[in-house]
Amino acid sequence: MGRFHRHDDGTEHDHDHDHDHDESAHDHGAPEHVEGRDVGDMTGYETGTERVQVLEAIFDENDRVAAANRADFAEHGVRVVNLMSSPGAGKTTLLRETLVRLQGKRRVGIIEGDIETSIDADRLEGLGASVALVNTGNGFGGECHLDAPMVRSALGRVPLAELDVLFIENVGNLVCPAEFDVGEHARAMVYSPTEGEEKPLKYPVMFRTADVVVVNKIDLLPHLDVDMDLFRRNLAAVNPDAHVLMVSSKTGEGVDAWLDWVAGA
Amino acid sequence: MHELSLCHSIGQIVRRHAEDRRVTVVHLQVGQLRQVVPDTLVYCWGLVNEGTTCEGSVLDVDHVPAVLECHDCGATTRLEEMAMVCGTCGSTAVAVTAGEELLVTSIELQEV
Repeated sequence: MGRFHRHDDGTEHDHDHDHDHDESAHDHGAPEHVEGRDVGDMTGYETGTERVQVLEAIFDENDRVAAANRADFAEHGVRVVNLMSSPGAGKTTLLRETLVRLQGKRRVGIIEGDIETSIDADRLEGLGASVALVNTGNGFGGECHLDAPMVRSALGRVPLAELDVLFIENVGNLVCPAEFDVGEHARAMVYSPTEGEEKPLKYPVMFRTADVVVVNKIDLLPHLDVDMDLFRRNLAAVNPDAHVLMVSSKTGEGVDAWLDWVAGA
Repeated sequence: MHELSLCHSIGQIVRRHAEDRRVTVVHLQVGQLRQVVPDTLVYCWGLVNEGTTCEGSVLDVDHVPAVLECHDCGATTRLEEMAMVCGTCGSTAVAVTAGEELLVTSIELQEV
């Protein structure tokens, strides 16, 4: 992420670049970098061009669709949880445990995002939930996240009117899913202690966006050198409001507290 | 990592405003809290524009630092080291007032 570059006006800038700079904070590592920008040679384009003000947020279209999703969820009274983590932290296993315990009690739907394959979706079959798979592969190696239009495309395949809770299992990735509102009511992150204590500092946007952080695989803690107090301090540094749940999907410890959070999410 | 889809969105916005005219420069504001890799964004921009009115255009990325406003002492400070604490008094009762920008501010079009 970027070079520091002060903006007092917050909107439009002319090319004379006469606003205040903090040169000490600039990274001039690459010689072609000019004034903290990523393109250097802009000579010559001032003539024969017309500048048109746009001021449009790049996520506007996604956010419009997210709002439409949210309206549909509200209409049917469905609580929607966006479940995110790095690959292998245990989203699918936690969901499986969740379905086992909610079977016959609450009506659950799942939108399962995966770049390719239906392996995760298959693991969730047979437990009374409606599962809709969204493969995000698109020929460029696959999208690394679910966005609002992708979730919208799956809504026709989950019976919203018959559901109490909908889980959106995002693509395993600690970067991109955090950026895309899909219309959820709450965001849950699954974190595995094997990932190390420093993850909140390395992926602050993801950890900042989570309403709850499920520390999964706590059955492994006696075998690890990980310092969970340090993890909690790192988490609090980027997200002081995050709720933390200690869970083992394997032994079942803490899963009930997770279900309580989902019920009130 | 999601720069490719961002470029698709940027292209849609730009072409809607450009109305078939050739685009020479696209000015963006990208906040420090947005996880965008500038070089990747520029690379993807070249990929998604082949055969469009944006082909050959330059992405001009203007970085916006993250700024925190403290509810306790009222100070406005730069976000350092990604810790959500006031740079003056250390309070965690802070709000992000800048650094989450991700927008197309303006475009430059070839004169017809």
